[in-house]
Amino acid sequence: MRFAFADDELIPEPLIEQGTAVLQRISDFPFLPPQPLNPSFHFSPELQSFLSGRSLLLDEIPFSIDTLQEHYVNGYVSYQKGMEKSCCHRCGNNRPHLFASYSCSRCHTPCTYCRNCIMMGRVSECTPLITWKGPAPTSETTPTFKWSGTLSEAQKTASEQMVLAVKERKDLLVWAVCGAGKTEVLFEGIHEALRENKRVCIAAPRTDVILELSPRIKKVFPDTGVTTLYGGSDERNTYGQLVLSTTHQLYRFQDAFDVMIIDEVDAFPYSYDSSLQWAVEKARRPQSSMIYLTATPDKKTQKQCAKGNRNFIQIPARFHRHPIPLPKFVWCGLWKKSLKKNRIPHPLKKWTLSKLHQSKQALIFFPTVELMEKALPLFQEMNPLIESVHAEDPDRKEKVVKMRNKETPILLTTTILERGVTFPNIDVAVLGAEEKIFTESALVQIAGRVGRSADYPKGDIIYFHYGRTGEMIKALLHIDQMNEEARKRGLIDEK
Amino acid sequence: MKNNCLNCENELVEVMSWRGFFYREPQFLCDECIKQLEKIEGKRCLGCSRSLDDLVQRLIKGEMCLDCHRWEVDPEWKGILHQNFSLYFYNDFLKDYLAKYKYRGDYVLAKAFSHTIKSYLAKADYDLIIPIPLSDERRYERGFNQSVALLEEAEVRPSTILTRLHSEKQSKKSRKDRLRQEQVFQLVGSDLNNKSVLLFDDIYTTGTTLRHAAKLLREAGAEKVSSLTLARG
Repeated sequence: MRFAFADDELIPEPLIEQGTAVLQRISDFPFLPPQPLNPSFHFSPELQSFLSGRSLLLDEIPFSIDTLQEHYVNGYVSYQKGMEKSCCHRCGNNRPHLFASYSCSRCHTPCTYCRNCIMMGRVSECTPLITWKGPAPTSETTPTFKWSGTLSEAQKTASEQMVLAVKERKDLLVWAVCGAGKTEVLFEGIHEALRENKRVCIAAPRTDVILELSPRIKKVFPDTGVTTLYGGSDERNTYGQLVLSTTHQLYRFQDAFDVMIIDEVDAFPYSYDSSLQWAVEKARRPQSSMIYLTATPDKKTQKQCAKGNRNFIQIPARFHRHPIPLPKFVWCGLWKKSLKKNRIPHPLKKWTLSKLHQSKQALIFFPTVELMEKALPLFQEMNPLIESVHAEDPDRKEKVVKMRNKETPILLTTTILERGVTFPNIDVAVLGAEEKIFTESALVQIAGRVGRSADYPKGDIIYFHYGRTGEMIKALLHIDQMNEEARKRGLIDEK
Repeated sequence: MKNNCLNCENELVEVMSWRGFFYREPQFLCDECIKQLEKIEGKRCLGCSRSLDDLVQRLIKGEMCLDCHRWEVDPEWKGILHQNFSLYFYNDFLKDYLAKYKYRGDYVLAKAFSHTIKSYLAKADYDLIIPIPLSDERRYERGFNQSVALLEEAEVRPSTILTRLHSEKQSKKSRKDRLRQEQVFQLVGSDLNNKSVLLFDDIYTTGTTLRHAAKLLREAGAEKVSSLTLARG
């Protein structure tokens, strides 16, 4: 779509009589004058609740261009540049190989577009992004808070910190071990924000996490509008005071949230994709608090915490007050060569047999899909029920369910099961723990699979390796230090 | 400059060779992705290019598939479309690829086929190449005509004498609906007497679209109308 410009106002192409004005692409205007807000204008409350805090393509908005223009003229809607000077304003992409040009039949000129976020509809030089400039919707009712659980001592301290961060619009890092009960820590803080009529977002990198979180949150805040957003979600068109979203869907928000909670900050793909971080920054309001949740902060963050440059709170112990099992290192020689010769490395074979013998379920982590597929038939010789799973596996969900139902004695996996998944009573092994993919954070997360439930707080975690690496040692020290900290704070009952 | 696969973003690694030292076709997809593009090979239907290798016997009539046979026994449609040629199987990979190209509008994906289309056209014999047009509304919505873009990326200048009226999306119709539909194409000018025309489209599904266009062209005097499509659905 192109625009004409008259009396300090943009006029969209469809609203102009043909041939009467000079038409330009939105990116070609040097300056887009903001329209002053007309307080006596009767704006559409439907448009308000649809568009508030969002930044959308015209094709995504189920309102007519006449309605939008009327709101624009009165200062309630703005047209912004979709991209400019090889930077996409929706996803923040500025890498040259992720742009392309074509001869566009909307603006009849060679038009550059962003390939990074193309799956959400094309943003090109002639694409306006449409945002709401009027007041945000307010809710008259006080939010109901329905939760009767109790917090552990450490959870309570963290929860109080979060309430404070929300009140003071500050940032906070919640560094909680795997199995600490992070979600419950959020409830009080969210409640406080809702009471102040603030808009809250919980963002996580993966759809699985969002889908698991959504029913829990809805139960705790039954009267609050909760919107759950992920690729293909059908709740796109409703306003939510509380939004649960994959980090990708945040591309469609702008200046929306007073409290932004990012779950598993260190998890792929969020930590690798700078444009997703950009989306988080775009989606929050300038004066807002950001709550990061993680079990394994990266090196930079750990350093900032140690130096006191970062507001953070640790939950070093699990809610069941048992220490996290420490990993053991077991050398298993040239394990790749063994696999090539169709042999499972001896120590791992012995370990596996003993698990089968005790009929204790186990996870075995592999560095790559290829190596895992190579090894699977060898494991199935020991027990034909042993299975393997990886990210692209079409039966991924079913296999995890079978594991949960205890139908699978041992599940071989890549790093996809390193976080988020909980099996109550399992032992865990890593084959080739010295491989690059097993970073400190991955190894800590993997170890965090063991001893999750209060009934079975113990378990085996073995790193089978061919030469110990710095990352392995760091992972061990990380877990040890957390346990130590927990002991110091009296959060662990030792018999 | 570093290059990345248009489809999966993986870096393209150039393999050094003497041949490559003198001439190299530009590469747009990585080997993994190229492998998933299946060229139609072996025995194919003379009418529509459908592979006959995996087709059950009762759907084959001589050297044609049953669908083409049905077209050819219908006096209204007999001989309207001389022959269709398709380059690739419309497999899951190509389905996703073309969906991203057409519906999401990732124009640059057209480049991956430029070499193949170009070399086919170099050997083909035709006077005029006409891409199946989109209606103005649809073209505005997509931002470009996918068939025109494929030809332009293959450095072919397509003819624009064919236009289309607005109608519903083809992909949402059944075969029956498609057969029943009325003429949606129009010709603007140009003398077609004794000309050999090659129609071009991205996918051949039932062949109805191509035949409707072919019929109009034949009625305007074209001697022979064949077609080329990227995929055979």
